[in-house]
Amino acid sequence: MSDHKPSGITRWIFTTNHKDIGTLYLWFAFIMFFVGGSMAMVIRAELLQPGMQVVDPLFFNSMTTMHGLIMVFGAVMPAMVGFANWMVPMMIGAPDMALPRMNNWSFWILPFAGTMLVSTLFMEGGGPAFGWTFYAPLSTTFAPQSTDFFIFAVHLLGFSSIMGAINIIATILNMRAPGMTLMKMPLFVWTWLITAFLLIAVMPVLAGAVTMMLTDRNFGTSFFDAAGGGDPVLFQHVFWFFGHPEVYIMILPSFGIVSQIIPTFARKQLFGYASMVYATAAIAFLSFIVWAHHMFTVGMPVAGELYFTYATVMIAVPTAVKVFNWTATMWKGSMTFETPMLWAVGFVFLFTVGGFTGLMMGVAPADFQYHDTYFIVAHFHYVLVPGAVFAIIGGIYYWIPKWTGNMYDEKLGKLHFWLSAISVNILFFPQHFIGLAGMPRRIPDYAVQFSEFNFMSSIGGFVFGATQLLFLYIVIKCIRGGEKATDQVWDNPEGLEWTIPSPAPYHTFETAPQIK
Amino acid sequence: MTDKNQNKANNITLGKFSLIAVAMFGFGFALAPMYEAFCQAFGINGRFVEIQDGTYDSSNKVANITEVDKSRLVKVQFTASRNQNMNWEFKALESIVEVNPGEIRVVKFYAKNNTDKTVIAQAVPSVSPGRATKYLNKIECFCFTQQTFKPGEAREMPLRFVVDPALPGKISTLTLAYTFFDTQNRRASNMTDNSRETKLAVNSVVTNAQQ
Repeated sequence: MSDHKPSGITRWIFTTNHKDIGTLYLWFAFIMFFVGGSMAMVIRAELLQPGMQVVDPLFFNSMTTMHGLIMVFGAVMPAMVGFANWMVPMMIGAPDMALPRMNNWSFWILPFAGTMLVSTLFMEGGGPAFGWTFYAPLSTTFAPQSTDFFIFAVHLLGFSSIMGAINIIATILNMRAPGMTLMKMPLFVWTWLITAFLLIAVMPVLAGAVTMMLTDRNFGTSFFDAAGGGDPVLFQHVFWFFGHPEVYIMILPSFGIVSQIIPTFARKQLFGYASMVYATAAIAFLSFIVWAHHMFTVGMPVAGELYFTYATVMIAVPTAVKVFNWTATMWKGSMTFETPMLWAVGFVFLFTVGGFTGLMMGVAPADFQYHDTYFIVAHFHYVLVPGAVFAIIGGIYYWIPKWTGNMYDEKLGKLHFWLSAISVNILFFPQHFIGLAGMPRRIPDYAVQFSEFNFMSSIGGFVFGATQLLFLYIVIKCIRGGEKATDQVWDNPEGLEWTIPSPAPYHTFETAPQIK
Repeated sequence: MTDKNQNKANNITLGKFSLIAVAMFGFGFALAPMYEAFCQAFGINGRFVEIQDGTYDSSNKVANITEVDKSRLVKVQFTASRNQNMNWEFKALESIVEVNPGEIRVVKFYAKNNTDKTVIAQAVPSVSPGRATKYLNKIECFCFTQQTFKPGEAREMPLRFVVDPALPGKISTLTLAYTFFDTQNRRASNMTDNSRETKLAVNSVVTNAQQ
């Protein structure tokens, strides 16, 4: 087949090409990253000083809620699916995704779901303001009417994720090139395979949770209403049964991306490939049995606190295996620090910081102090921003020459990294301190003793936010032109994606390659 | 693999994993009864699940309690609250009593309907610490049935209870909290319309428990 592609807008609406759909996913994620990011700017502007100055408290609460929801469901998850679409077929030598039409559908649900979610902000009574965890009864009895739109948006996002996940599993299980055994697959493919299993297991549970909310709100059921024999604590259990695997859904593909980048720039094979695979699987398994560590303060029996503490702390073992393996990969390698490598090394270091604070909160008695303070905000932002987001950005720098055929601007890329790495720490590190000192999360005003650290944090936030506009510029500049990338792009990288021309032709591996 | 075989394999995978997704959707709902069963089995969340599902048997609970443990005193506190938007007065006439485990004691609660409508209300009990729930036995309680109050009606309602002598020695204070819920107008603040018949399945079973 020729490299013919359809033109105009219908190319994008009707496309079943994995590269087109990957691009759509990535652009969607990028747009939502800026939408969610501007909400974060509103939050940090309000918190710049104590007292109320920029927005009213209800709107502030919908900003924290929508920021969380959009970043999780609109930015990080679609970005990861975008990478999967682009890279998985190219990495396993498949011509396309297994179910290309469903692939089109699973993407095109997203803009509608995202629009519905954002539109709640403009409805009477305001948008959802109960936090991204939408605990009942705040999200049932006391929520604005727009909550029903939020519920349907979550349903749609769930549909999209489940279809995407099934597609990825089918691609990986059925479409590998001859000789590409499971244990020869690049680690990114492995982490996505496991992530896809997590998605299929827990997105339906989330759909169940919001459906129960919907019937509680509108059809007189009492799943979460004590007046009718239900229990609001049940909501927390159902939510976190989804929610904890969800955090690994966001981080496992990041592990995969970093595991591709580091060997290339250390010019060594990934250390401990098999242990990486098993560690990923172990993390995924453990993620199902630790959910109640998010709710240590609901009044669990001591036996429950103990169990969830031990199970949670156990996750540190496979995670440490990964961190040590990345370190060992770099050990005595001929390292160079091109932009993707900077992001990957930044990821390893800063994700580990976030991992350590996670350990602190995994211990129930200590968690009583940290619960619902800025300490938890600092923790999950460390694992999600310099964690997942750094990996995504690193991955984009790593593969964008393959996607566009042009090298990105190395100088600007490095500037982007250093500005981001410094500002992200100014942004989130002080939040540990104000959290330990007792500042609760999700409030628009605070006691004056928290002023200095909040001021620092806001300044870091503004710099970090502005720096991402530079990233947008770099990406557009790279798409438009620049130094031509070679087919290999990097210095002898491993993987099938580097054996095809740059930019990657519209159709690749129509005859499957032979893997030795 | 030929294209045809490939498509077939992909469709099988799609089918299998769609089924898993549907099953997991069901599992989400199954978590609700599982949660009830778990809490009841371990008696852990302070709720009288047995009262709510109608299996509470007060005579059986008290039958095994034969002697009064004079060696210790347990403090029992009572709190009374109303669900949101319920224009009622509701309070415990004695807020703290000290009892010997095994001793049967009666305390009174006072409620007044301040509205100009007849209200059918249900009190839902909850005990803390949660693991003490099964040791605080109610012999007679206004929470066993729905209470009908005419406009402006006020009355005292008795609670007869006994603390099980098996109560772990570490626990010296129990708190019994009642919340009154309006069974007809659960969500006055909300604009949504609720059908009266479908909600509060608990009410009918609570009534059964009394028979």
